[in-house]
Amino acid sequence: MDFFGKPLSYILSQLVIGLINGSFYALLSLGLAVIFGLLNIINFTHGAQYMMGAFVAYFLLNKLGLGYWWALLIAPVTVGIVGMVIERLMLSRLYKLDHLYGLLLTFGLALIIQGVFRQEFGSTGLPYNAIPESLQGAIDVGFMTLPKYRGAWVIGASLAICLGTWYVIERTKLGAYLRAATENPTLVQAFGVNVPRMITLTYGFGVGLAALAGVFAAPIYQVGPLMGADLIIVVFAVVVIGGMGSIMGSILTGFGLGVIEGLTKVYYPEASNTVIFIVMAIVLMIRPQGLFGQR
Amino acid sequence: MTFKLKTLVAAAALAFSAAGPAQAQVSGNVVKIGVLNDQSGTYADLAGPGSTIAAKMAVEDFKAKEKGLTVEVISADHQNKADVGSQIARKWYDSDGVDVIVDVPTSSVALAVSDVTKEKGKAFLVSGAAASDLTGPKCSPNTIHWTYDTWALANGTGSAIVKTGGDTWFFITADYAFGHALERDTEAVVIKNGGKVLGKVRHPFPSTDFSSFLLQAQASKAKIIGLANAGADTTNAIKQAAEFGIVKGGQNLAGLLVFLTDVHALGLDKAQGLIFTETFYWDLNDQTRAWSKRFAAANGGKYPSMVQAGVYSAVLHYLKAVAALKSDDGTKVIAKMKEMPTDDPLFGKGSVRADGRKIHNAYLVEVKKPSESKGPYDYYKIRATIPADQAFRPMADGGCPLVK
Repeated sequence: MDFFGKPLSYILSQLVIGLINGSFYALLSLGLAVIFGLLNIINFTHGAQYMMGAFVAYFLLNKLGLGYWWALLIAPVTVGIVGMVIERLMLSRLYKLDHLYGLLLTFGLALIIQGVFRQEFGSTGLPYNAIPESLQGAIDVGFMTLPKYRGAWVIGASLAICLGTWYVIERTKLGAYLRAATENPTLVQAFGVNVPRMITLTYGFGVGLAALAGVFAAPIYQVGPLMGADLIIVVFAVVVIGGMGSIMGSILTGFGLGVIEGLTKVYYPEASNTVIFIVMAIVLMIRPQGLFGQR
Repeated sequence: MTFKLKTLVAAAALAFSAAGPAQAQVSGNVVKIGVLNDQSGTYADLAGPGSTIAAKMAVEDFKAKEKGLTVEVISADHQNKADVGSQIARKWYDSDGVDVIVDVPTSSVALAVSDVTKEKGKAFLVSGAAASDLTGPKCSPNTIHWTYDTWALANGTGSAIVKTGGDTWFFITADYAFGHALERDTEAVVIKNGGKVLGKVRHPFPSTDFSSFLLQAQASKAKIIGLANAGADTTNAIKQAAEFGIVKGGQNLAGLLVFLTDVHALGLDKAQGLIFTETFYWDLNDQTRAWSKRFAAANGGKYPSMVQAGVYSAVLHYLKAVAALKSDDGTKVIAKMKEMPTDDPLFGKGSVRADGRKIHNAYLVEVKKPSESKGPYDYYKIRATIPADQAFRPMADGGCPLVK
């Protein structure tokens, strides 16, 4: 059976690959959406924090002998704490100013962090070969050879995390506080909620999500200083397309664009890096607030 | 919540233009060498600051001061973009007094810089870039292609693989001048040796995820998946191929351009068994070992790639020609360099052809198993030495207008 000139099984396998890449986009854009939602900061260090997550995993393995599962736990916490320090020391001074200041600060920080890592470890990156036994190898699912690690674990875990985050923010009391603090911090503070601490923790959480994505990526890509810089632009486009305020929007757009990119790799691979930006341009023309954004 | 869309779009634009062109210094009345390469991106380890170190070592070993020459080495980052590269080249030649540009990995940038150099009558010594067009249809009286080229890689690696049974190929190609040239030259070698090319896919440069391209290669059932790319693109593709069970399924990968730095980045357990072509390896003889140890000491312990070794060798020969000529006129120096035989500790004795091709031995290497390696950078077994007269494309086949 054919599908626009390509065998169906082949298209199916490319769709799966698209979903896998989409799960990275979703995880990262989710963190960005959460941070922007509450802090009004466009977190340009997100890519660097994703990279730092992967590096922490690398160091845990090579310096302390702690494997993948430990990295999943420790890397997000470590990088999250670094993020919270940055928030307390620097970002917290910018909330009353225009978005542009936060953007410039985080962009500058990202360049500094990447520069330091590049100076120290070179640009080619380091190998992280620590996929746990149980996730190694590939399963034959009929239409393709699906690596267990990517196919089952990465998609499953990021979907669970995305939906969990959405649930907490949109459906629980804690989430209600968070959303209320976004709308009117003074009023929420008056009700006895410690808004600054909540903001710090939220930033730490968003950053932790980036670091977690970094640990997911470490075994598949080289652990290199530029791994985040390559990805962050795409993720920002995802956020613009999805609509900045919407948590669900960023999740759905992340997966959706992964699939669109995947299909482009089949029909016109040369454009696969550009297709997301073409979509972005079209969305901006037709619906400037993004697909799921509210005016 | 109010949100300024314009800000975010501006943010994306900002990220695109991450860093502006790097600065260059002002020239005095000296021989000024400009090392122009990727100092921060995917090719920064195989060329980058290491190439600048190599150029400085050449100046030091030439003992320029004793010979009454003042030589200065400057460097800049072309970010793998042809427009940035030619802009820096113009500025260097027009206002900074640069006499010669060296290295320039990324073929699209090298071709642009070659044009600027010819227009300004200066000198250009290519070490990092690979496209054989630089001594073919695009050859120039002001350019010498020093270290290696796509034809040499294709000839060394391609024919060795076809002869050992790898006769059906699928290419995963970086979508720019270099990838196209490497694919074209390898395809020609495969067909000449009786093999067949079943398909090809071109990926944007640079890419991180190769799974889609690898699946296409897998579906083609070709015995050999030829990677016509370089640097992080190649290492990522090799790493990900293992996940999809490509080698287990009976297909083999051919990294057409792999550098020592890539093997180091991959680790031997992922890279072992790869066969490819190099023109320099640090562990060839006493001289290469001694030089490489000196280099590593200056380069944070990292051993030289063939590109960095080529920069040393090219700058050394350039300075010899300048001293002999007592002039740094670009066109004349290049002519003199072609006239004089080359000799240096890294590439041994050799020559520069009329079309600008530097001629020396090439080596077919195989990456050692982890158990065979004695430590970091002990990575290659030399499978065969391809003699200088066979390593590069015969001048008559290149179509260089200079030699017609």
